[in-house]
Amino acid sequence: MAQSHARAAIVGVYNTPQARRLEGYTPSTLAAEAVRGALDDAGLTLSDIDGVSAASAGSSVVYDYSLGPAWLGGQFGLGMLPEAIAAIEHGLATVVLIVAAEVGVYRDHASTAPWTRPENEFVAPWGLFTAAEFALVAQRHMATYGTTREQLSIVASTIRNNGSVNPQAVYYDRGPFKPDDIVASRPIAEPFHLLDCSMTSEGGCALVVAADDIARSAKHRPVYVLGAGGDYFGPAYRYPPSFDLAGRRGDVVNGRVGARAAENAFRSAGISRDDVDVLELYDPFSFEVIRQLEAFGFCPPGEGGPFVEEGNIAPTGRYPLNTDGGLMSYSHAGANPQMLQRAIRGAQQIRGDASSLQIPGARVALCSGGGAGALFNTIVILGDDRP
Amino acid sequence: MSELLEPQVGYLPHATPGRLTRTFWDACADGRLTFQRCDACRMIAFPPVEVCRACLSTELRWENSSGRGRLYSWTVVHRPVTPDFVTPYVPAIIDLDEGYQMMSNLIGIRVDQISVDLPVQVTFERLLDDLVLPYFVPARASDLTYPREGT
Repeated sequence: MAQSHARAAIVGVYNTPQARRLEGYTPSTLAAEAVRGALDDAGLTLSDIDGVSAASAGSSVVYDYSLGPAWLGGQFGLGMLPEAIAAIEHGLATVVLIVAAEVGVYRDHASTAPWTRPENEFVAPWGLFTAAEFALVAQRHMATYGTTREQLSIVASTIRNNGSVNPQAVYYDRGPFKPDDIVASRPIAEPFHLLDCSMTSEGGCALVVAADDIARSAKHRPVYVLGAGGDYFGPAYRYPPSFDLAGRRGDVVNGRVGARAAENAFRSAGISRDDVDVLELYDPFSFEVIRQLEAFGFCPPGEGGPFVEEGNIAPTGRYPLNTDGGLMSYSHAGANPQMLQRAIRGAQQIRGDASSLQIPGARVALCSGGGAGALFNTIVILGDDRP
Repeated sequence: MSELLEPQVGYLPHATPGRLTRTFWDACADGRLTFQRCDACRMIAFPPVEVCRACLSTELRWENSSGRGRLYSWTVVHRPVTPDFVTPYVPAIIDLDEGYQMMSNLIGIRVDQISVDLPVQVTFERLLDDLVLPYFVPARASDLTYPREGT
């Protein structure tokens, strides 16, 4: 009976090459490369896998790699991790493969991510799109708290400079940027200029999650999910992305989306914000980092701007941020890979594998996906010690 | 000095009104801004719903809005979502006086004059044979610029 609640850990991670347009791959060949890489990183084989999580592609992955019968996950983005761990801890699987790969998705409107186009008839005729959706949240915050254009620029230049020294980043060697360079780029949807916005790119990634007895004999130090959470207000890009959108409980508004998730994640982890060594936050637009710092409790409401101005998110600051260059400079590879890649970078930091910008002694990483412009936010807290 | 923001012209992405939403769009063509209110709990619903989000009642009734409100948030767009849109344009979330929010565009104002909580008033623009779109203009300037005669 001792094995009935086996703990689980991330034992393998891998990113394929990333590029604005990735040549020479199809979705299938890209996913296969990601899977081979993650299994090699874990020291495991396809025969060890008895669970698969790949969003809508999950059952195809089970068939394509002859993995059946296997447990099948149903979550998306960072939610795939706590779901896989729970499946293992409840005995539904022993080794879970998580994979996401997207290529050839930009057929038209080449610089707007196709999964973000508003379809609701009460949004589309007024010309909404992702940058405008997130800008509406940012502008309200700026009007309410006096968050400044300069503070947005500090976020964007910090992240882009981290990417410019990462040879794996799509925008490697693009930089360094000063805050003034951000606002000098062309305006897109005010307050956002081009360099406030994430790129569009293509790429794949995979993670392997395994029961603790397997994890302890893996090639690398296991990375544990200490806590996790998810907050949703509704479907993305169909309703006005109002900062003050509230549900019936009214305790957390959309402008604080992720606050409940973070409370739950820290409570289950049994640690505090002070214990976090590195942040890998979802950065579709510069302001979203400021918003998340407040929502996750790293600073009080309205003080996210001064918090970044004080140097806290610099590589040498208290909470180094997006150490691979994030969605702005590393990659923004499709709807699902971009989410998982925050967790992969967090895991690399804890393993000491984050070669381009390793934070010395990093033991706890907080990773997030989603944002107020899209009405959801998910969190995982990763660590080197069993929860 | 920047130019007065204008309504869009020509084709815009828009839905074919469905059973639930036709009442709203027909009212726009008639120069009225409408919303639903739940008969059971009096909660306002917009965009329209079949089931009240507060009490799950299916008894919802359409009412006319005053069309007056305040600017809750906005963004000046310089790079359009599709080439159908002429820039700059200003997506805006409006706080209607009745106590609900809707998405629209702000027009009839210069971009450097926009500020939070600006009093605004609805105006209607016929853009296509099958699309009369509500926009919002500054309430105090509306007599000078919008609505135009004949629209």
